Amino acid sequence: MDAGNILVWIVWVGAALGLVASAVAVVLFANPFYSALALLGNLGSLAVFYLLLQAEFVAAAQVLVYAGAVIVMFLFVIAYLGGRADTPWAGGPSLQSAAAVLATAAIAVEIVVAVTYEADGHLSRPAEIAAAFGSPAQIGNLFLSDHLLVFEVTSLILLVAAVGGVILGRAASAETRVEGGERAT
Amino acid sequence: MLGPGIAAYLVLSVLVFSIGALGVLIRRSPLIILLALEIMLNAGNLALIAFSRYHGSGDGQIFALAVMVVAASEAVVGLGLIVAMSRKHVELDVDRLRSLRG
Repeated sequence: MDAGNILVWIVWVGAALGLVASAVAVVLFANPFYSALALLGNLGSLAVFYLLLQAEFVAAAQVLVYAGAVIVMFLFVIAYLGGRADTPWAGGPSLQSAAAVLATAAIAVEIVVAVTYEADGHLSRPAEIAAAFGSPAQIGNLFLSDHLLVFEVTSLILLVAAVGGVILGRAASAETRVEGGERAT
Repeated sequence: MLGPGIAAYLVLSVLVFSIGALGVLIRRSPLIILLALEIMLNAGNLALIAFSRYHGSGDGQIFALAVMVVAASEAVVGLGLIVAMSRKHVELDVDRLRSLRG
């Protein structure tokens, strides 16, 4: 094993620990503000994995879209609503939470067994790829040739989401105005 | 390919997906449920990117970018709903939200 490979393993294990620990932290923190900050660590570790898998453009988009936009939006909303604490196991061990843990463990075990069963065949030999794999040029080429429909539908989804966000915000503010007026009279 | 093989990425993706699913099932605050949903979507993205690397084709990366767009749209609409709920003074607890007509 050469030095480069050892370095990749060290980075991999560190990012894996960060990924799992931050995911557990998002689920278990009582304060939503801390959960959103832990999700930031989760997304950062994922970006490291994307770089190791030679998906440079996706890693950059991940940091820009998630860390730059989605998390900031979450933090704004949490700050606006005020951080209401909500402990994960409130009300003691209930039948619902026991069933949730059981169902999740079943999903995890099932897929891990399926993956390892498949992996001792051919999954250990990935394809040879060119150095330009995952570069913005290649992604752009794919988007504008083979996946043009995906590209157009994506823009439509973003437009619908933006209009939906505006309508939800407008409806809510109109109602508060009416309520405020009623309270004033 | 340096480092662990594709199977290691898939197992990691399953682990993170399960943690996210557990968060969706046990938490009551819709804000945290949205955050856990983002974790689940990102775990799916990791599997897509790993398979894209395994097959040496960029299609998986295109799929992952499309998932990212859907996740961003879902966050916008979900957070809009949560803000609208809190403005109507509805308690932010998914166990108590039973009707769609406020």
